Amino acid sequence: MSWTITADLIPDLARGAAVLGTGGGGDPYVGALLAAQALAEYGPVEVVSVDEVPADAVVVTAAMMGAPTVMVEKLPGIEEVARPVRELSEHYGAPITHIACAEVGGVNSTIPVVAAAALGLPLIDGDGMGRAFPELQMVLPTLDGIEASPLAYADEKGNVGVLRAVDNHWVERIARVAAVEMGCSIMISGFQMSGEQAARALVRDSLRTCLQIGRTITAAQDAKTDPVQATADLLGGRTLFSGKVVDVERKTNAGFARGTARLEAASAATDGTGEPDRLELSFQNEHLVARLGDQVMATTPDLIIVLDHDSGEPVTTEALRYGQRVSVLAAPADERWHSPEGIELVGPRYFGYDLDPHRFDGTVRLQEAGA
Amino acid sequence: MHIGIDVGGTNTDAVLMDGTRTLTGIKHSTTADVTTGIIEAIEGLRSDHPFDDADIESVMIGTTHFINALVQAKRLAPTAALRLGLPATRALPPLVDWPQNLSEAIQAQVYLAHGGYEFDGRPISPLDPDELREHARDMAAHGIRSVAVSSVFSPVNHDLEVEAARIISEELGDDVAISLSHEIGRIGLLERENATIINAALRELASEIVDGLAAAVRKQGIDAPIYLSQNDGTLMDEEYVRRYPVATFASGPTNSMRGAALTSGLDTCAVVDVGGTTADIGLLINGFPRETANEVKVAGIRTNFRMPDVLSIGIGGGSIVDVETAEVGPESVGYRLTEEALVFGGSTLTATDIAVASGAASIGDPSKVAHLDPAFVQRVLSRIAERIAEAVDRMRTSPDPIPVVVVGGGSILLPDTLPLFGAVTRPENYAVANAIGASIAQVGGEIDKVYAFSAGEREAKIAEVRAEAVDLAVAAGAKPSTVSIIDFDEVPIPYLPGNATRIRAKAVGDLEMGA
Repeated sequence: MSWTITADLIPDLARGAAVLGTGGGGDPYVGALLAAQALAEYGPVEVVSVDEVPADAVVVTAAMMGAPTVMVEKLPGIEEVARPVRELSEHYGAPITHIACAEVGGVNSTIPVVAAAALGLPLIDGDGMGRAFPELQMVLPTLDGIEASPLAYADEKGNVGVLRAVDNHWVERIARVAAVEMGCSIMISGFQMSGEQAARALVRDSLRTCLQIGRTITAAQDAKTDPVQATADLLGGRTLFSGKVVDVERKTNAGFARGTARLEAASAATDGTGEPDRLELSFQNEHLVARLGDQVMATTPDLIIVLDHDSGEPVTTEALRYGQRVSVLAAPADERWHSPEGIELVGPRYFGYDLDPHRFDGTVRLQEAGA
Repeated sequence: MHIGIDVGGTNTDAVLMDGTRTLTGIKHSTTADVTTGIIEAIEGLRSDHPFDDADIESVMIGTTHFINALVQAKRLAPTAALRLGLPATRALPPLVDWPQNLSEAIQAQVYLAHGGYEFDGRPISPLDPDELREHARDMAAHGIRSVAVSSVFSPVNHDLEVEAARIISEELGDDVAISLSHEIGRIGLLERENATIINAALRELASEIVDGLAAAVRKQGIDAPIYLSQNDGTLMDEEYVRRYPVATFASGPTNSMRGAALTSGLDTCAVVDVGGTTADIGLLINGFPRETANEVKVAGIRTNFRMPDVLSIGIGGGSIVDVETAEVGPESVGYRLTEEALVFGGSTLTATDIAVASGAASIGDPSKVAHLDPAFVQRVLSRIAERIAEAVDRMRTSPDPIPVVVVGGGSILLPDTLPLFGAVTRPENYAVANAIGASIAQVGGEIDKVYAFSAGEREAKIAEVRAEAVDLAVAAGAKPSTVSIIDFDEVPIPYLPGNATRIRAKAVGDLEMGA
């Protein structure tokens, strides 16, 4: 069933995207503002489910690459979002028929809305991750053998490039350098797929899920019910912990905000030690590992989400600070991320944690490929 | 001796101070015009505690005039917003997210021009002087009297804002005021630009008010310099207020917190101000309010200037108490307390009734609450104490113990000891705490910029930034021997390669007062 994105849906969409951003993706404000502006200028965007995309459709992703912090200063434009898609179309010599989201967390949920509005194209209700990850190759289409190349990229000055690389890791490496050179915030488009491939490779109903999350939190706030539990229920996850942030430690390392946050429960644990339970979160832009004492509770690729305990508003890793009352949720990622290939791409060892991947419910169901 | 005056929305407080000692304090209703209020305040002090005009070394004033003008959308100058950044940022022009009534109230004209920098200081595009002159002529044609100039990444490099201001000034003449965004806000273009536009719109009013205040003080025969309090509690001189009126916006809560701390002899503490409807909780660190790290909406406009971080929870003297659950607030009878509360013959159970029933307060008719179950009364009071303690805990920045100062009419609801924090302090003289807060004579300087440097340069860069902040404090009038860095932080910017880091340093010292 197709539906329509209008400006009034943007706040809930952006809030849901920040939840699925699992701590990364930056402040959704600018992305939401740009989407609202694009909808006002070009009219509403038609959203189609993956099943409605014709098999011979030409689908590409639209996304921002770089630092969300830069976007709050060098504000993105509508034309630079549409430009790489146009460039790809020219490159193929055939029109693009559909836009898809590469990532559903943070600003990259609203950038494709801008592209679809400006180009007058339908937007597919699906994305390549079902969450946020920091690197371009970390999408399910990579597992499906879909190439990011040719990848078009553009800045606000009119610089445009089309990149062909040997694999999706190389696209990430080369495009990242271009992004830095072009001011650390560029718009990209790639991962060309047919309708059939899109239906197979993408996570379904991502935008609808974002909206539902946003609406659920708004409704719980209005009804003064528990927004955290409502969100956990909606995502089929569980609440790992509720407590106070007692320590946040950040390090810079190659442009990634790595760090750990320690949380302490409000009251003493029932284990008889008299000490309160402590949860430790390890993050690199996104939350990647949650440990309760010595016990690993969940790791990437499952979603570790931090919400304000009272309002249910998502808390980014940048905004974490001492004294916040937060709840930590774990929710299942798309099942395909738990294949050996998926774990190799986005499992804890890829990010430097020597751990087997732990599911949102705390279980270990799979050994890494080759382990 | 010096005089502190705080002009609030309802009351004007004034104190005569000798160092940190309060010689006398008075309270009046705020008058519609500035001049009369100041004259009444000084005359009031004089009659309570006669002084020699020549003995007054300075007059410090805190005022809500500017924020009120914005909230009421009154007396704002026709203002232009000029942004340097083309070809970037076109899709989201200045004022993009403003409430319509305010953009109309400032008769806004919006201009985009070339310029701006990347995050690492490389130019986006060079300035185009002809383009700027053309914009300036259009501003003149539209009767613009004040201009806000913003530039992409001006916290990294502000040269282009300064140069653009020079160029448009040549066209517009000296009567048109120009406000530059790097002097007002920090990273976050829209928020910094919004704060700059607000500042620009208030500059005519600023001159009027400064002139009015000065005339009133001089009429009283006092020749001492006049200072106004800013958001962080430090002072600014007349000239500074004319240029940065927006810096006064949060001086009300700041002065109240600083006054509470000073009267209780503490400089690092949590302050809980319990009013009729809310309890406002803030934190003072070395005598200065902890500032919010987030965007702050003022009159519906998103800004990012530094405001004290105040957490308001719905507990006050007028809060309605649920007879079933013993929960308090957030609904309040507000100013109708003296009609609706049980002790005043009304029919609503309020927090004040609970305080009276417990014997903590004697207001109204205690017999009207004699029927309340003592266990219920105790339960309500414990719940209030618990929630206040939790809110204070939420505000503090580390698990270290911190003293708690409670003030305000509703503070009768709080026990003498709070869970987690122990004994609370209740300062005397609190009625005029705002004026006492305004009278604290300190000035400061602050740097908040993004720097990209290689690993080996870090120490040198930090030392340079700290020295720059100290120089600014001295330039603002601080005694060099008293200046120290009171706040410093260094935050790496995520997703950026290299070491792009935002460094902030704030130096404060005692005001050099003339004899």
